[in-house]
Amino acid sequence: MDKTFAFTVNGQARTVTTDPERPLLQVLREELQLTGSKYGCGEGQCHACTVLINGKSTPSCITPVRNADGQSIQTIEGLAQGERLHPVQEAFLAEGAFQCGYCTPGMILGVVELLAQTPKPTDTEIRSRLQGHLCRCCNYPKLIKAIHRAAGQTQGANAGPQSITNPTAEGRVSKVEGRRAALASLASRPPALASGNLRAGT
Amino acid sequence: MNDDSINQEAALGGEAETVDTVGYDFGLSRRGFVQVLGAGLLVAVSPIPALAQRGGGRFGGQGARTISARIHFGNDGTITVLTGKVEAGQGARAELTQAAAEELRVPPGRIQLLMSDTALAPDDGVTAGSGSTPRTVPAVRRGAAAARQALLDFACRQWGVQPDAVEVRDGKAVHGPTQRALSYADLAAAEDAPKLLGQAIPADVAFTPVKQWKVLGAPTPRPNGRDIVTGAHKYPSDIIRPGMFYGKVLRAPAYGAKLTAIDLDPAKAMKDVAAVRDDQFAGVAAPSTFQAEQALAAIAKTAQWERTPQPSSKGLFAHLKETARGGMPANPFQEELAQAKQVLRQTYQVAYVQHAPLEPRAAVAEWSDGKLTVWTGTQNPFGCRSELARAFHLAEDRVRVIVPDFGSGFGGKHTGEAAVEAARLAQAAGRPVSLRWTRAEEFTWAYFRPAALIAIEASLDGQGALTSWHCVNVNSGGSALDTPYRAGKNRGQFVGADGPLRHGSYRALAATANNFARECFMDELAAAAGADALQFRLAHLENPRLRTVLEAAAQRFGWQDAVGKKTPNVGVGLACGTEKGSYVAACAEIEADRAENSIVVRRVTQVFECGPVLNPDNLASQVAGAIIMGLGPALREEMRFENGEIFNPTFRKYLVPRFQDVPQLDIHFLNRPDLDPAGAGETPIIAIAPAVANALFRATGQRARAMPLAPTNWAA
Repeated sequence: MDKTFAFTVNGQARTVTTDPERPLLQVLREELQLTGSKYGCGEGQCHACTVLINGKSTPSCITPVRNADGQSIQTIEGLAQGERLHPVQEAFLAEGAFQCGYCTPGMILGVVELLAQTPKPTDTEIRSRLQGHLCRCCNYPKLIKAIHRAAGQTQGANAGPQSITNPTAEGRVSKVEGRRAALASLASRPPALASGNLRAGT
Repeated sequence: MNDDSINQEAALGGEAETVDTVGYDFGLSRRGFVQVLGAGLLVAVSPIPALAQRGGGRFGGQGARTISARIHFGNDGTITVLTGKVEAGQGARAELTQAAAEELRVPPGRIQLLMSDTALAPDDGVTAGSGSTPRTVPAVRRGAAAARQALLDFACRQWGVQPDAVEVRDGKAVHGPTQRALSYADLAAAEDAPKLLGQAIPADVAFTPVKQWKVLGAPTPRPNGRDIVTGAHKYPSDIIRPGMFYGKVLRAPAYGAKLTAIDLDPAKAMKDVAAVRDDQFAGVAAPSTFQAEQALAAIAKTAQWERTPQPSSKGLFAHLKETARGGMPANPFQEELAQAKQVLRQTYQVAYVQHAPLEPRAAVAEWSDGKLTVWTGTQNPFGCRSELARAFHLAEDRVRVIVPDFGSGFGGKHTGEAAVEAARLAQAAGRPVSLRWTRAEEFTWAYFRPAALIAIEASLDGQGALTSWHCVNVNSGGSALDTPYRAGKNRGQFVGADGPLRHGSYRALAATANNFARECFMDELAAAAGADALQFRLAHLENPRLRTVLEAAAQRFGWQDAVGKKTPNVGVGLACGTEKGSYVAACAEIEADRAENSIVVRRVTQVFECGPVLNPDNLASQVAGAIIMGLGPALREEMRFENGEIFNPTFRKYLVPRFQDVPQLDIHFLNRPDLDPAGAGETPIIAIAPAVANALFRATGQRARAMPLAPTNWAA
């Protein structure tokens, strides 16, 4: 039986008449046309659907709309102030902390909650607190970097350093030594027995 | 597949795809269909089998023949570059924008890249096989360079001057002595613009030399990044059309099950619900997903199915071996085996895995005046258009496929079944329908990376040199099957088999399986020869690019020290490989926890070389992402199924990599501006699994010859 629910979304008062068991995610997307929150699994396992309810990071795909009644909901659409991005959005953009970007809205809201509670998180804290957020492109190193940037910290220990060199310019392209010479150096060692089920000399 | 597409693939050097398409056929005689379209608009084509078929894909595409098919210059100064490639997070949008900007001599911000709308963009082929960098980047550069040349010629003619006095910069042809200037918009406004821009793109148009690159080679962010972080970007699942309904499709309880009866009345009795059955297809559409789910549940209760026995994941590899076409081929090198000091033989297994793109398949379909428009996430927009045309017996020009940037693919979205399903529901509902697959549907009914059984036999002489190599891949494909090592007499063979699940492409496809088997086996051979794993490889390796990445990785990792260290349950391993023209080597250090039956990958060094680096930022994302993604099938990912039912179709049971799986990473790129660019989205995934497996041996003394390296495969 449909019921009417009233809540605020991104500061705006909204009412929706619908089935109380309908997931909040579907109400946001299909009734309010707020499609920034994404469906990824429908069981709270990927957190692509994360919204903030009274500031608390919540998977909206397993939150029945009745639980949102009277609450204050924030979605990705309400994070920027006009043209001015939220610092977490700025940091994600500056670090390129997305590949396909489908996890990004939920991830950003998860980070907003994390930084509200832990303004200067360590790598370990980031990893354990965001363990529920899936990025299938596995862009985790850049995500960690972006979170440190949003926290005003220089990058953490595990942000995946990358470097580039030109081996031709540095004369480091590998040269092939004579095959027999290479093998001779191998043969100077005694043959070791390999693990059990190899057959030898047959 | 016709002969042309086979030849095209051969010319492109890619292996033919073996993607299982669903092969829907919504026949001509069905009444509802004719009502929607009007009989006069139907175009008969030869019928295709209604059941699943193993169809051939195509990587090719004709591309743009003329400048105007590639680039549109607006009179207001806008520059729109057109491409049939798609953006699924791999970075094609930035890279192709760079390619156009470089040759047009404009800042990348001036370019609007219109991707994969079959009504507007040229067919640049499937976004697959690491093809965008080696093939589409040059194609876009060629079109842009031809446009630049056209502007130059136009300016010279207008001013009556010689080309050497004119330079194209910042989107304008500028005459040095007089500082007169003409822009691309001026060219587009010229009377003979249709002729100038309609000219064929010459094959030999001159590219900007690497040394003069300003945009290519420089870090370039994703052009629509702001829309990503604000949630404004509309993915295929976000598209909303006026009057749109939400659809649900009835799924079989198991592979091979046939729908024999169903009662649609319980759904039709619901307010505003449309329901349809068309042979094996049944589904509903309603004003909300919630109502559609209820309607689907109501008819699902009435469905009757006829099931047939299906193979199970337990016993899978015996099944593959039994059904290998023509049997397991014999080793042709009997003479070498007879003369060898040692002969080694080993068998490796690779499980079925799913791509699990974070955005499941989604499509919005809309019929209007007998024409069909579909918004969907597919790596193969033109192939999807053909699938729709076939299913509904339409001419291809009555079907338009638009592909908004979508939520990842990894080779898993080469088909258009969701689009076909949405279109059938839209037909039934008489209005646009959005169909979004659930996670369970994506895990069960999308195609899988094929399981593999790989048998290798090799012989060593008294010096520890390989004298023969015979490798057979059953079921998963021939990518990277040929060994890059000098192995004496050498043959790699791919043998098809009766794979029980729907299968198709995956990031690097069979290269991961074949590289896993080969690199693990090389470690076993090195041990048999009494040699260090690195030295044994180098002694058999002549390709300088592969040697260079391997040596660089070992050096950065500190291989020599690390391999000598004896810490209980800690071990190091390395692996290398090449595929699609790029080169990779990885070293890994792992810790095996026997009590917990788990493996922790502590640190990874990977060195990668793909010719010139076109976008270092995006390359970093691709390579780090590939390593971490590759840890999933290496350590845990495995589809489990019994008698046609998938057991683990959820993220709760199918464990993909998360934040806590990320090892300490040292990633290094070797930049080779002197070479042609190769793709970078796939090859960086192929070395991590064997590096980890080889490290596991040094940590535990146990060889795990299966992916995933699950405890059942190694723990005592």
